[in-house]
Amino acid sequence: MNETSPRTPSNAPAPRAAQQSLVVSSLAKILPASSILYRGEDTAPYECDALTAYRQLPLVVVIPESEAQVAAVLAACHALNVPVVARGAGTGLSGGALPHAMGVSLSLAKFNSIVKVDPVARTAVVQCGVRNLAISEAAAPYGLYYAPDPSSQIACTIGGNVAENSGGVHCLKYGLTLHNVLRVRGFTAEGEAVEFGSEAPDTAGLDLLPLVVGSEGMLAVIMEVTVRLLPRPVQARCIMASFATVESAGAAVAAVIAAGIIPAGLELMDKRMTAAAEDYVHAGYDLDAAAILLCESDGTAAEVDEEIERAIDVLNANGATRIAISRDEQQRLQFWSGRKNAFPASGRMSPDYMCMDSTIPRKRLAEMLRTIGEMEGKYALRCVNVFHAGDGNLHPLILFDANDPDEMRRCELFGADILETSIKLGGTVTGEHGVGVEKLNSMCVQFSPAERAQMMAVKSAFDPAGLLNPGKVIPSLQRCAEYGKMHVHRGVLKFPELPRF
Amino acid sequence: MSVGAALQRLRDRVLVARDSKTALEIRGGCTKRFYGNVPRGEPLDVCELAGITSYEPTELVVTVLAGTPLLEVESVLAERGQCLPFEPPHFGAAGTVGGMVAAGLAGPARACAGPLRDFVLGVTMLNGMGERLTFGGQVMKNVAGYDVSRVIAGSLGILGVICEVSLKVMPVLPACRTLCVEMDETAALKQLNRLAGESFPMNASAWHRGLLYLRLAGAKAAVGRAIEAAGGREIEPQAAAAWWTDIRDHRHEFFALSDVQLERGECSWRLAVPDSAPPIVLPGEQFIEWGGGQRWWRSAAPASQIRSAAARAGGHATLVRAADKRPGVFTALKPASMNIHKRLKQSFDPAGIFNPGRLYPEL
Repeated sequence: MNETSPRTPSNAPAPRAAQQSLVVSSLAKILPASSILYRGEDTAPYECDALTAYRQLPLVVVIPESEAQVAAVLAACHALNVPVVARGAGTGLSGGALPHAMGVSLSLAKFNSIVKVDPVARTAVVQCGVRNLAISEAAAPYGLYYAPDPSSQIACTIGGNVAENSGGVHCLKYGLTLHNVLRVRGFTAEGEAVEFGSEAPDTAGLDLLPLVVGSEGMLAVIMEVTVRLLPRPVQARCIMASFATVESAGAAVAAVIAAGIIPAGLELMDKRMTAAAEDYVHAGYDLDAAAILLCESDGTAAEVDEEIERAIDVLNANGATRIAISRDEQQRLQFWSGRKNAFPASGRMSPDYMCMDSTIPRKRLAEMLRTIGEMEGKYALRCVNVFHAGDGNLHPLILFDANDPDEMRRCELFGADILETSIKLGGTVTGEHGVGVEKLNSMCVQFSPAERAQMMAVKSAFDPAGLLNPGKVIPSLQRCAEYGKMHVHRGVLKFPELPRF
Repeated sequence: MSVGAALQRLRDRVLVARDSKTALEIRGGCTKRFYGNVPRGEPLDVCELAGITSYEPTELVVTVLAGTPLLEVESVLAERGQCLPFEPPHFGAAGTVGGMVAAGLAGPARACAGPLRDFVLGVTMLNGMGERLTFGGQVMKNVAGYDVSRVIAGSLGILGVICEVSLKVMPVLPACRTLCVEMDETAALKQLNRLAGESFPMNASAWHRGLLYLRLAGAKAAVGRAIEAAGGREIEPQAAAAWWTDIRDHRHEFFALSDVQLERGECSWRLAVPDSAPPIVLPGEQFIEWGGGQRWWRSAAPASQIRSAAARAGGHATLVRAADKRPGVFTALKPASMNIHKRLKQSFDPAGIFNPGRLYPEL
């Protein structure tokens, strides 16, 4: 993958040093010295998010403590024409919070208060730096919870969830972040207060909330979020079903949906993933199965019983070779433990792995798995598969060794091949992790030049100066032209060490 | 006419209008012209773009050309036991899917099923440069680029011509029953807030003239138990279905304002407020929906009084039916938001040809 620039500000060219001292002196009028970091050793912890293959030291990091400071930082950066990259917990998987070499990384870590939990309105008002799981913990005394549960929920913040429109294993039934956020409040790139959405069912004018949610910090800086809380289901039970072929598991997924059942979660793991997860957590998975499905039902006891019974009939009719139903909460969590630890379990199989995140129509799951199997041979790399099968969201994990440049190169090609195959099958290059910097090239394939130009124009409508997280999500025409050319040249990247933004 | 030819004709019209700066009124079945500010411009009819492009019940997705009658889509879905769960209103048999998305309106199930925009997965549109653009797609989870398709929902056609939409559909719930309980407004609102915080299979609610109506839907056993627990009088299924449809389509007597009443200055207002907002006191008569989140008023009170009542409750007010819409249909935006609106409009439609003024005079 591309190192975007050397990590050595000490010998950086003079314009950078001059710009740095200009920006620092301007910010010093707003923030105490302890809230401004600019020496390399201080800013190094901010050089990447969870996509560690991409690193870039920011010009400056600021850690404001009040909204007035955030507004002033934005206004100052706007006056100096300096890019601003907002940052939460840094758990993003697509490089959305990758710093800008000439920009300010705006850490929002200090905004971690729960402002209000309103059990009557079933809402919580929280600052952007509140962790996802902390919302559900605060709501628990009222029998309520916040439904979206990305796997990083113990660490990731609601501000980051809003930026990425994060999902999780339960979004088949309960929706993504967008469907569970009522209102966000923050600042424009100029530092002007702005609000999108409402605690009322809708707002006057265009519904801008869906643009802001999932915009990866490019349209506004979000300071406060009102989320919808749901009554915690009285009961949840999970079915674990084994299948002799991946095709039959894929067909069973479609059949469950066709039967009018919307499970709370419907997840698929292939044989190799199952073996790795079992080795890691000892969840009791069926190691003989070609694929296993986890199908969860939640609601009142009566609802759950009724749905579980219907689902088992469908799974049996579609060739399940073994079925187990969680008998209690402990066993249900045990069933899920392997799925939730799929990534670390893969980490034990290989020095590095690259997690893909495309979505395809459910009916193409089996075909996609077969194609990925063929790609393993083509690129001489292994790949294990976990899917949010219910909504067709794939997470193939390509195993490789980042210290081997050729493996790294083949891994990138493998990943791009999966994404482009997903587009061909009628899908999309990212289901929930975002485009960030990682999938910029794939955006060239998924969208036409006119569509990308319109998206750029949308950004300009919110941020005319183009200062919020520039260079992410929407690739430039020039970049896409270069990527198109590279494709023609037998799919081998030239000069992989060069920055390509 | 083929889809390609119909699209080409629309595109040619858009380019001519752009070059001559001619306002266009985008039209489907013309069943919602009463909604929004008064339409103006040369008609641009999208009805030639009709038909269901694809329907995959196991994918829970239907892709439909914009001029397709909504009734046709709903009947195709019903054959496979599926539906549009936000219950779009029908203000006439000719209403189209494009008009439904452009208006962004939803029926009684909105509070429980979610708004129309949550079910929009993708949109193909023509912008003001005549460019054919597709945003979103046919899959449930998609965060590639900005979610432009969902901004089109409820945009009243000011950003472009909707050509085709992909919608998420859901299974029809196995059981559906309606209860009616006598209750005053304050108690009804409290009860609705309480039930929404419990595992109660509520699907729709309405309060009018001291009666609270609850529609329960879900698994048979769950609905059966909830009916027993909630008490009240059950309404016979056919009568209940007809009653909810009348609410949805504004055929219930509450919504029927005669020309005489309109001429006397009586108006129909829609107040969208947080559902936990206390009772709103205004002259006139009220009809509450969406668990307390949508409060209709028939009132002759001045617009400023109604709008400030809505604002105090944390929401906004829309003038839905009136003889005179000069006070403005939609609540005014704050300057920061209006600036973004203006630049968005400019970016999609630089010549300002699409439905000018329908949402706000400035757009």
